Amino acid sequence: MAYTQSLYPILRKQNLARGIYDYTVHCPEIASEAVPGQFVHIRVPGFQLRRPISICGINRQVGTIRLVMEIRGAGTEVLSRLNEGELIDLIGPLGHGFTLLSPHKKAVAGGGGIGVPPLLGAIAHYGENGTVITGFRSASAVILQDDFKAAGARAILCTDDGTMGEHGFVTGALQKLLETETPDIIYACGPMPMLKAVAAMAAEKGIECEISLEERMACGVGACLGCACRTIKNGVEGFSHVCKDGPVFNSKEVVL
Amino acid sequence: MADLRVEVAGVPFKNPVIPASGAFGFGREYEKFYPLSKLGGISCKGTTLFLKDGNLPPRIAETPSGMLNSVGLQNPGIDAFIEHELPYLQTKDLTIIANVAGSTVEDCITIAQKLEGTAVDMIELNISCPNVKEGGAAFGSTPQMAAAVTKAVRGATSKPLMVKLSPNVTDITAIARAVEAEGADAVSLINTLLGMRIDINTRRPILKNNTGGLSGPAVFPVAVRMVWQVANAVKIPVVGMGGIASGRDAIEMMMAGASAIQVGAAIFADPYAPVKIVDEMNAWLDEKGIGSVKEIVGTVKPWGPDGQ
Repeated sequence: MAYTQSLYPILRKQNLARGIYDYTVHCPEIASEAVPGQFVHIRVPGFQLRRPISICGINRQVGTIRLVMEIRGAGTEVLSRLNEGELIDLIGPLGHGFTLLSPHKKAVAGGGGIGVPPLLGAIAHYGENGTVITGFRSASAVILQDDFKAAGARAILCTDDGTMGEHGFVTGALQKLLETETPDIIYACGPMPMLKAVAAMAAEKGIECEISLEERMACGVGACLGCACRTIKNGVEGFSHVCKDGPVFNSKEVVL
Repeated sequence: MADLRVEVAGVPFKNPVIPASGAFGFGREYEKFYPLSKLGGISCKGTTLFLKDGNLPPRIAETPSGMLNSVGLQNPGIDAFIEHELPYLQTKDLTIIANVAGSTVEDCITIAQKLEGTAVDMIELNISCPNVKEGGAAFGSTPQMAAAVTKAVRGATSKPLMVKLSPNVTDITAIARAVEAEGADAVSLINTLLGMRIDINTRRPILKNNTGGLSGPAVFPVAVRMVWQVANAVKIPVVGMGGIASGRDAIEMMMAGASAIQVGAAIFADPYAPVKIVDEMNAWLDEKGIGSVKEIVGTVKPWGPDGQ
């Protein structure tokens, strides 16, 4: 498969929460190839390194993808100033996405904060057989709840401070759910402590689990070997790379 | 269309643009963007005697107009290079430079011997990696060590030998003269400049290796200066690199004295950078009515003490 790098028009921009922007970009070459969990590598004018951003939604018919990004530093701040009608420089689709089972299977996804957007495409695949548990700091940071519901999924919302949904963390809600249900697969994306806890719960219950990782990245295509993460593959421990071997890994392969 | 062909120590390149070691792997990833045959050559990922895991992550930190890396020579080892990467590259119609990065002098000799009789066109001896505890910059920081490792590898290979120099030294021309005296056919410079970033909230260095190598446009003027100094200090050809991001940068580096140039960090911002640089150089030469790119090498006209 060829990689595509080009300038693509932004069709729509929405502010979802403070510092979180939702871009719909017209990029038919990327949309036709992309699968949930993959990412695009975005050039930031004035910065040396691109920013890897997970794909939140893919519309093959219209040829668009959706990118939800949070201002984390100076680079994403520059990206957040891009407006509708302007062009954005993307390489994509990159990396290894989520394994999607038959839509008749049951899937549960756990996401924290800006780790939530990559889960939308995966959970939407399962329609009403999908459940998503999302966690945010506070009501003001909550995003994408209507999108999960529109996809037919059951959406369980948690906030750290209890200002919306359940008061608590994603891991607590997942633990409770797993007491009464046994999904066929669990997906997770978010802070490392959450990923560790989700992977441990899945291992204990013998449920397949895939997690999406993040690491400081340069090339984005597997050449520079910058974004290393520790993995065990076929019994051999070594470094894999988030950009090419991931960002989605089977949780059993990752040394967390 | 200007003539873009160049030669470095008798090795022909169809154009002077070569992706730098470490920035381009063994080329496979970028063949998914464009045919590698558009490039003059490739300087392959630094290769050790055995598989090397590299340093703990994070290995990358952004800097103003550049970046730090501390990959630490992660590579599959020389046998895997010869068995799996070289056969692929041989089919791609570009000049192949193997980057030899042994941890010891003996390793460098063995690696060079293993490359005898292969399709590799040239050896680039890496005595300048700042991110490994053994070998690397430890070889390149004194003229004596640089001379010793060059002499050893010179005796082990019949292939053209280029030595890649570190900028983290007091006088890079002394190192360049030392490797020239021991039979190096060319020198390439600069490797990355040693740097560091600290997260002020955690008071931890961003890189797990604490320090790393600085590359990108930030280092370009340092590289131009060092290439100019070295080109004036040795008779062997110089391959220039360090922060080149455009055709104009490449022309400037060649005017400083480089017979060919390498491109590294610019590829991360734009994977097409090496191809664009070829096109931009060609356009500039055509605009100036210069028939061959060779005509610009070392043509900087430095100011004299009298201001003339």
